[in-house]
Amino acid sequence: MRESIEKLGAVTIFFGQILAALPRAALSRPRLVVAQIHNAGTVSLILIMICGFFVGMVLGLQGYDSLSRFSAEDSLGTLSALSLFKELGPVVTALLFAGRAGTAMTSEIGLMRATDQLSAMEMMAVDPIERVVLPRFLGGVIAMPLLVAIFNAVGITGTYAIGVSVMGVDSGVFWSQLLTTVDLSDVAEGIFKSVVFGIAASLLAVFEGYACTPTAEGVGAATTRTVVSTAVSILVLDYLITAALI
Amino acid sequence: MSDASTDYIVEIEGLCFSRGARPILDDLSLGIRRGEVTAIMGPSGTGKTTLLRLITGQLQPERGVIRVDGRIVNELSRRELYELRRGIGMLFQQGALLTDYDVFENVAFPLREHTDLPERMIRQVVLTKLHAVGLRGAAGMMPSELSGGMARRVALARAIVMDPKLLIYDEPFAGLDPISLGVVLRLVRNMNDALGITSIVVSHDVEQTAAVVDRSFILADGKVVASGTPEQLRTHDSGFVQQFMHGLADGPVPFHYPASDYAEHLLSRR
Repeated sequence: MRESIEKLGAVTIFFGQILAALPRAALSRPRLVVAQIHNAGTVSLILIMICGFFVGMVLGLQGYDSLSRFSAEDSLGTLSALSLFKELGPVVTALLFAGRAGTAMTSEIGLMRATDQLSAMEMMAVDPIERVVLPRFLGGVIAMPLLVAIFNAVGITGTYAIGVSVMGVDSGVFWSQLLTTVDLSDVAEGIFKSVVFGIAASLLAVFEGYACTPTAEGVGAATTRTVVSTAVSILVLDYLITAALI
Repeated sequence: MSDASTDYIVEIEGLCFSRGARPILDDLSLGIRRGEVTAIMGPSGTGKTTLLRLITGQLQPERGVIRVDGRIVNELSRRELYELRRGIGMLFQQGALLTDYDVFENVAFPLREHTDLPERMIRQVVLTKLHAVGLRGAAGMMPSELSGGMARRVALARAIVMDPKLLIYDEPFAGLDPISLGVVLRLVRNMNDALGITSIVVSHDVEQTAAVVDRSFILADGKVVASGTPEQLRTHDSGFVQQFMHGLADGPVPFHYPASDYAEHLLSRR
């Protein structure tokens, strides 16, 4: 318990340091940030698309099964879109992101710590938070909503494939129901969540790397902690945001 | 400031530092003269690397004053500290090259970060420095392809690329084969004299270090126990210094770590 509180404090202080470096660094190093958006985005892209498609297809099967019990199969598009936009898209993407891009960030920064590269930068009068941490953090924060959007789009395609092509829901009804029932506020909730999760997942990933014990085991343990602590915080944050918005 | 104090590029007075309850440095004082190669020696774990980190402002002392080039390091703001560090080159134990970049980019890194030099000029400077350490031909290699000795030479080229006044080496000779060792030894001396800078070498390799340094400080128990030229130290009358300089297994530092009586220990049940 005490450990978790201490860690929360350390993460908060680290977040403050990153924010303090933001005005100094973000403008002077746009190329590094773009490179990290590319890094965080592309390593997760295929994974996100495959998982999104399967989640969408499962929604198609389960949704059809549930809805057909009270003859509401026509609402399959709505069900899938609301589930994806509001919950599954941001949450599943963030979990996948932590496993793929987050661990990569942690181990990269951790290895730089273990091999004295961060100290070497400090000695060359280059702030490692500005040069190494901030671009990765921003890259993750910007990449996350984009990945969520792709996950959602592919997911709805998956539901469509099952619902319309296999289960025989009418294509026109599928789309028109979706368009009339899903509000802009539903989409906004998803975007808001994806931004918050992007910040949380990226922050924890760079923090664990930066604060890791500078040994091979230390980097390994930090990478594991990234996945665990991101997963827990994403689910807790998800509940808090949902409760606040409903 | 008087002339006497400007003879020293680094002055340390009454420096105390501890990790937890364990004191690492205890009331340590020393001065490092401009233009010389100075060694800081001592058994492992006597706080040599800690001392370097204190000199460069990576750690904060508990008490005492550290003056580098006339400025008190432990009172500088972050910006002033970074300003000071631009005038200091440092070589880490394993080189600490940036593994994402090739040799050329590693050496170019400080220039790209701190200057707006045109690409042509950066190329010239980098190739000159790489040539000085004999690795111009390795400019396109990645750090993972380099041997330990080569990595340290690249790190040396990177450390001198901003033309520092002070060059600091942390264990530069550890784990090198005899040829690489000879090369690094020669470079330490030549860089110092050719560039007209001051060098600090932290090491526990008595033989190698004695060959290139002007003056040594020997640390033990967080204090300077002896200092002087290599010849003076070889004939020093302290038992500890004799043991350290000649690598004797037993002496003031006992071979046996403190333990209970041997016979009693063997016969006891637990």
